[in-house]
Amino acid sequence: METVKVQDVTANDLPWVIRYDASRCTLCGSCVAACSFRAIEAKVERRRMVFSEGDFPEPKQRFSAVPVIRQVRNIKNYCRGCGICEKVCPNDAISPARNPDSRHPIITRCLAGDSIKRGGRKNLEAGTRTLDKLRVGRISQMTDPSLDAQRHTFDLLAPFGRIMPPGKLPFTVGEDGKLVQSGQAPPVRWIYPVIIGDMSIGALSWRMWEAVAMATAYLNEECGLPVRMCSGEGGVPVKLLKSKYLKYMILQIASGHFGWNRIAKTMPYMTEDPAGILIKIGQGAKPGDGGLLMAQKVAEHIQAIRGVPKADLLSPPNHQGLYSIEESVQKMFLSFNAAFKFRVPVAIKVAASATSVSVFNNLVRDPYNIVGGFFLDGIDGGTGAAHEVSLDHTGHPIVSKLRDCYLAAVSQGRQGQIPLWAAGGLGRTGDLAADAFKMIALGANGVFTGKLILQMAGCIGNEMGRCNACNTGLCPVGITTQEPQLAHRLDVDRAAQNIVNYFLAMDQEFKKLMAPIGNSSLPVGRSDALVAVDRAVAERLQIQYVC
Amino acid sequence: MCRIGAIKSFNYVHPSKALHLMQSQQKGHDNSGFAMVMHDLGGIFEAYKHLPTLSLACTDEGVKIAEDMLHAAGFQRVMQWVPETNPLPGLDINAMPNYVFQTYDYPKHYKKEDKKAKEDLLLDMRLKLRKALEKDDQGFVYSFWPDVVTLKEIGDPKDIGTYFNLWEPNNKFTAKVITAQCRQNTNYDIVRYAAHPFFMQGYTALANGENTFYLKNVEQQRKLHRGYIGFESDSQCFLYSLHYVHRQLGWPLAYYKHVITPLPFDEIGGRDDKDSLLAIRQSLAHLEINGPNTIIGVLPDNTLFTCCDAKKLRPVVVGRSADTVVISSEVCGINEILPDRDWETDVYPNERETVVIDNNLEVQRWKQ
Repeated sequence: METVKVQDVTANDLPWVIRYDASRCTLCGSCVAACSFRAIEAKVERRRMVFSEGDFPEPKQRFSAVPVIRQVRNIKNYCRGCGICEKVCPNDAISPARNPDSRHPIITRCLAGDSIKRGGRKNLEAGTRTLDKLRVGRISQMTDPSLDAQRHTFDLLAPFGRIMPPGKLPFTVGEDGKLVQSGQAPPVRWIYPVIIGDMSIGALSWRMWEAVAMATAYLNEECGLPVRMCSGEGGVPVKLLKSKYLKYMILQIASGHFGWNRIAKTMPYMTEDPAGILIKIGQGAKPGDGGLLMAQKVAEHIQAIRGVPKADLLSPPNHQGLYSIEESVQKMFLSFNAAFKFRVPVAIKVAASATSVSVFNNLVRDPYNIVGGFFLDGIDGGTGAAHEVSLDHTGHPIVSKLRDCYLAAVSQGRQGQIPLWAAGGLGRTGDLAADAFKMIALGANGVFTGKLILQMAGCIGNEMGRCNACNTGLCPVGITTQEPQLAHRLDVDRAAQNIVNYFLAMDQEFKKLMAPIGNSSLPVGRSDALVAVDRAVAERLQIQYVC
Repeated sequence: MCRIGAIKSFNYVHPSKALHLMQSQQKGHDNSGFAMVMHDLGGIFEAYKHLPTLSLACTDEGVKIAEDMLHAAGFQRVMQWVPETNPLPGLDINAMPNYVFQTYDYPKHYKKEDKKAKEDLLLDMRLKLRKALEKDDQGFVYSFWPDVVTLKEIGDPKDIGTYFNLWEPNNKFTAKVITAQCRQNTNYDIVRYAAHPFFMQGYTALANGENTFYLKNVEQQRKLHRGYIGFESDSQCFLYSLHYVHRQLGWPLAYYKHVITPLPFDEIGGRDDKDSLLAIRQSLAHLEINGPNTIIGVLPDNTLFTCCDAKKLRPVVVGRSADTVVISSEVCGINEILPDRDWETDVYPNERETVVIDNNLEVQRWKQ
């Protein structure tokens, strides 16, 4: 008998237990080789075998040393349930199973004396999602006809940039009775209502980032969908900065200012303006926290792009020298507007909060008309790395907050002047078109999405604790890692193809949602198109309750 | 569906023409009401073109409230016309006790004010009257404007015509522009204010259809102007957008179509004026309409026009003779009152057109 202490970590303490069938195993070693977490290992076990050799049963027993696969039992190399072992096993001999008796949240803190960090999304399930309690329930019948999703044309675009109130448009009536522009107005770009959310080239493997950039370019150049991708905080390869494809990129600056040295130095060589600038103040998955890139992921190319040594890269929780919203408006927005000579819209991204409406009001009332978008990120958003306590317990759901901001604009007659973009767990059920459409009807101009893009490419993580190891740099599918051997697991072309195909499917689904309500333009703020099957939700969002 | 129609003529036209225009289309509507706005008045109102006429349906108490308020504000009555009614038994009409058309002179201290100040005064006065008469449904103030009268009633249009003796042409009650609609409200409560045509500061609009961006329009319009109130019908939004674009912003009529049914982004991109069209589309995004609609409008200078939704989901036809132009939901209406016209010159507007009839009765087709 092995000597064990009751405090020793056993498989049953961990979130996943490995189910292994020695009788099916051919000892090929694929699973051990493939497990990026080193959570399984080959081991020799002493096994008793009963056998009989004669014509009549004469049971004998034999003890022999047998090589087997066993789960590693420690809090560093524990199984994340990614299922790569199962994927590579030729004989279905091994698979992870969720352990409902896990003591992981306790033992990890007890043994490490440190907070738990992970990637992914919030893992606390609290019943049905709000968006799933909404239906597109105002169907055009008889007096106004439904449209035909295949035959009719639809305008599926959303604004990015500050929109002037009609009375302030710099127009005069010319001699020919036409309006003539007599002054400058802020730049506005009309883009696809789904932006590929801000995931940095450090959080993602360079191959994944390339796949997303390729998909974006393909959607624009070949499919006619003006989809924009946000760089995330962490810079952009110089080659892309100098290329014509820069026009599809929204460059992000966050509190760490990572990557901006290169961007600023490349500005004289840019042949196109970027699609926009997004100033990240906060993130829904970890509000109040800055970005977090663990040293494991700060590979040489990341050091080069960001101009940093190999160390944990922590962006501060707020922009340095930022004392007030007014200051952020005046300094950051003006400098970025000026940097691109007022040709490029500059927007802000904040974490949804009980105070979001105040922040939004401050921006929408600013007299300088320089805030070109309000990106609101809810608690269900994803992240590459955060403290688990932040991920699960801090933040604000996106649906009611987006609605609050829209209604705040309506009450001032300022709807649409600062486009509202919403995110945070949208597409969580895999159906982004429906989620986005409902958010649009509640008042969003568009949505942005990150985690779902990774899932399109092959990310196997989910909100029930599966994988969620983006912070470790050991992503088993090559998406959030900088390890060359892991990154090469990702087929760049297929990842890009999946993203493109998902967008094409989503585009059709948008039309299938617009046609029955008889709308050929996006129904921004058309909350009468929605009904709620939950009375509290209906009341909170000011839409019709149905049962 | 509603049926809508409009007549514009060199000659003064009696409302019986409008009744005939609408009566022939009665299978297409539900005979639940009749409403009309008359611009450029003849007959007894011809001599008072420069002075505002109040169009009011009210109780006895309502008349008193309205008159007291107008006198208190300094308005002096110069003319009154009370239509003789014909309350035969069995008529399908939900009549108010009094129908009052009173022409007023401006308050003395306003005599030297400019046109805009006077127009704002008239609007504010109408809004005040409306508010005062709203209590207990004492009355309905449809218009208070120079050279314009409005009549709206609930019931069978044929019987409404009989009740007001409108079937018999005469030259006392006439106008050069008449817009009319038969039907009360389909989608909302049946109230007199919900009946088209809607009128505000010289602008009239009426529509056949359903504006599925009603909520978006309403939420925006409520904050655009103090006069944008009521919203008893989704079609009021068309009037307010027309008033806003043409009067408040001062843009030419051609831009009304660009606001309510903007061109698709692809088409805007190929235009020389793409910058202004895009700016309009984004700044006035919440005044865009959707759903099936045909709109007829009248401007303060009595220009008449019609346009449709971006998918052309509702009918309209424009027919003309030498001295009259008629717009109608159905061509049978035009056949009724212009039987001898050359029907080959009828215009069936498309989804990207505004058809405009100026005061020379020239029918212009403006491509958006």
